[in-house]
Amino acid sequence: MKACGRWLFVAWVVAMLAGTAYGVERFPPPEFTNHQLPATQFAPPRAAAMQYVDVALLAGALGLASYLALVRRSRRGLFFLAVASLAWFGFVRHGCVCPIGAIQNVTLALFDPTYAIGLPVIAFFVLPLLFTLFFGRTFCAAVCPLGALQEMVALHPVSVPQWLAHALGLLRYVYLGLGVALAATGTAFVICRYDPLVGFFRLGGSASMLIVGGCLLLFGVFVGRPYCRFLCPYGAVLGWLSKVSKWHVRITPDECIHCRLCEDVCPYGAIEAPTEGLQPEAMPSARRRLVFFALFLPILVAGGALLGRELAVPLSMLDPTVELAERIWAEDHGLVEGTTDASDAYRNTQRPIDELIRAAVLQRDKLAWAGGAFGAWVGLVIGVKLIWLSRSRKQVDYAPDTANCVSCGRCFWYCPQEHIRQGWIGAEEKDAGRTVTLR
Amino acid sequence: MAENQRKIDRRKFVGDGLRIVGAVGIAGATGFWAGRRAEDDDNLWQIDPHQCVACGNCATHCVLDKSAVVCKHAYAMCGYCNLCTGYFEPDANELTTGAENQLCPTGAIRRTFIEDPYYEYAIDEPLCIGCGKCVKGCTAFGNGSLYLQIDQDRCMHCNECAIAIACPSEAIKRVPAGKPYLPKDQNGGPA
Repeated sequence: MKACGRWLFVAWVVAMLAGTAYGVERFPPPEFTNHQLPATQFAPPRAAAMQYVDVALLAGALGLASYLALVRRSRRGLFFLAVASLAWFGFVRHGCVCPIGAIQNVTLALFDPTYAIGLPVIAFFVLPLLFTLFFGRTFCAAVCPLGALQEMVALHPVSVPQWLAHALGLLRYVYLGLGVALAATGTAFVICRYDPLVGFFRLGGSASMLIVGGCLLLFGVFVGRPYCRFLCPYGAVLGWLSKVSKWHVRITPDECIHCRLCEDVCPYGAIEAPTEGLQPEAMPSARRRLVFFALFLPILVAGGALLGRELAVPLSMLDPTVELAERIWAEDHGLVEGTTDASDAYRNTQRPIDELIRAAVLQRDKLAWAGGAFGAWVGLVIGVKLIWLSRSRKQVDYAPDTANCVSCGRCFWYCPQEHIRQGWIGAEEKDAGRTVTLR
Repeated sequence: MAENQRKIDRRKFVGDGLRIVGAVGIAGATGFWAGRRAEDDDNLWQIDPHQCVACGNCATHCVLDKSAVVCKHAYAMCGYCNLCTGYFEPDANELTTGAENQLCPTGAIRRTFIEDPYYEYAIDEPLCIGCGKCVKGCTAFGNGSLYLQIDQDRCMHCNECAIAIACPSEAIKRVPAGKPYLPKDQNGGPA
């Protein structure tokens, strides 16, 4: 049997000399006298109808969440709905496609006419937006699996200082801008690539993903919903829609008694305390500050755009075409030794290297534009935040900050007035105040 | 009081205006995207076997523990060789089914004698890990009848395919749900 080894070696050499990568019929298929060729089996994809089932479930869950939060005012109901959403959209459907990631599909569809976006994906993107426009962020409360998972681990929330919460909250907009810029240029879907929790839904994933996700959840024990508040790009959009929502969760069904229980229990720092508003003597300086920030805004946007254009090179490192072109260029100029699978694959296609370099340069130009837009966006976000922070409004009662409130229902669940409405306590017990035990 | 009333009215007016603009904007955008999407609206990931270089990333980069990629066999293209370069190690001692002679690390290829001198090779998919070793052997020296495909039944349909990011030849592309596979013996030559 030594002979066959040698035969094989000869075959290797011959094939090497022939050197073609594609399947040519080197050995003509035989014509059998008495043998039927088997058919290759292909398992069909899961029924496309399932996607529409998911859309229907999403719409149903959104409706139910809005009903539970605004009409029934049932924290318990919201919690159980969150568990169900986590189970279905998270563990059964493995968190794909989710509205957060759908931002990128929608963006790519907007910029690349050849990219076909599925109707279910559009529905996943649009339905929560519409519901938020009318009912506030009930999607975040009990439908989003990422939110639900973090809701479940928020066991010992501490309050984050206001200045820190405001600063970290800007990260959402930065992440949104980055996700949109990279999706629009067809470079990468970074929001999906760095989704920290999807590894848990799939019950497996790369070590870095699971470690980051685990740290986030551990962090989430002490800081409520860190992803939603500081990273979620979709949450940033929902926040703005929630700000103008037709209806929104109310803390007290009756008159606010300023007991501060809601402020105490809200793990997300989303309760606005009563303020006196601006005192007349502080008016001129406040006005000056507002004018200054308003004038500062265009400078921030322009500066951001200029700096953002410089991001073209680091951003293009995420792009496979640019990466490959750089590699091949480096190989051709003797800057690196050896070849990679990718450079070999490109060379084997016999396509000219110039074509690849041109495509890479084009892509880098696109990324310069996208980077500039991203920088301008970051400047705009910072500028608007400064203006937003320098305005002041008189507020009499404790009320949810509609942009940041995720309608989780803890505030009304703790409100003594709600307890009276539900008949859990008598009106006279209210004055006994905080000693009342919750049922 | 009248002052207050006016303020509330103004706020209500602005709020309603923004809501209407928002709702119309979202509805309009939906219509735009829905109108713009292609005929077959569904997108699944699939490997173009003519672009695949069988690098082995499919086995290691899928988000599933056992990759969704499996080897398929285009029987009509196969040469039914006794000396199958997709089945045997390059320096195999004997042309037998002994594990030490096989290229496949999991023994997922079944070799059956048909008639002299022909043998048929079939993939035992539950064992296949999609490493592409056999594909490489078959494509380099044989007819190239073995090729990798994403098993659509097990694919998670991730929004961004983790293997596509790692693929050196950009062989992973989106295909419509109506045509979920790209069988090598049914679609043209190298793209």
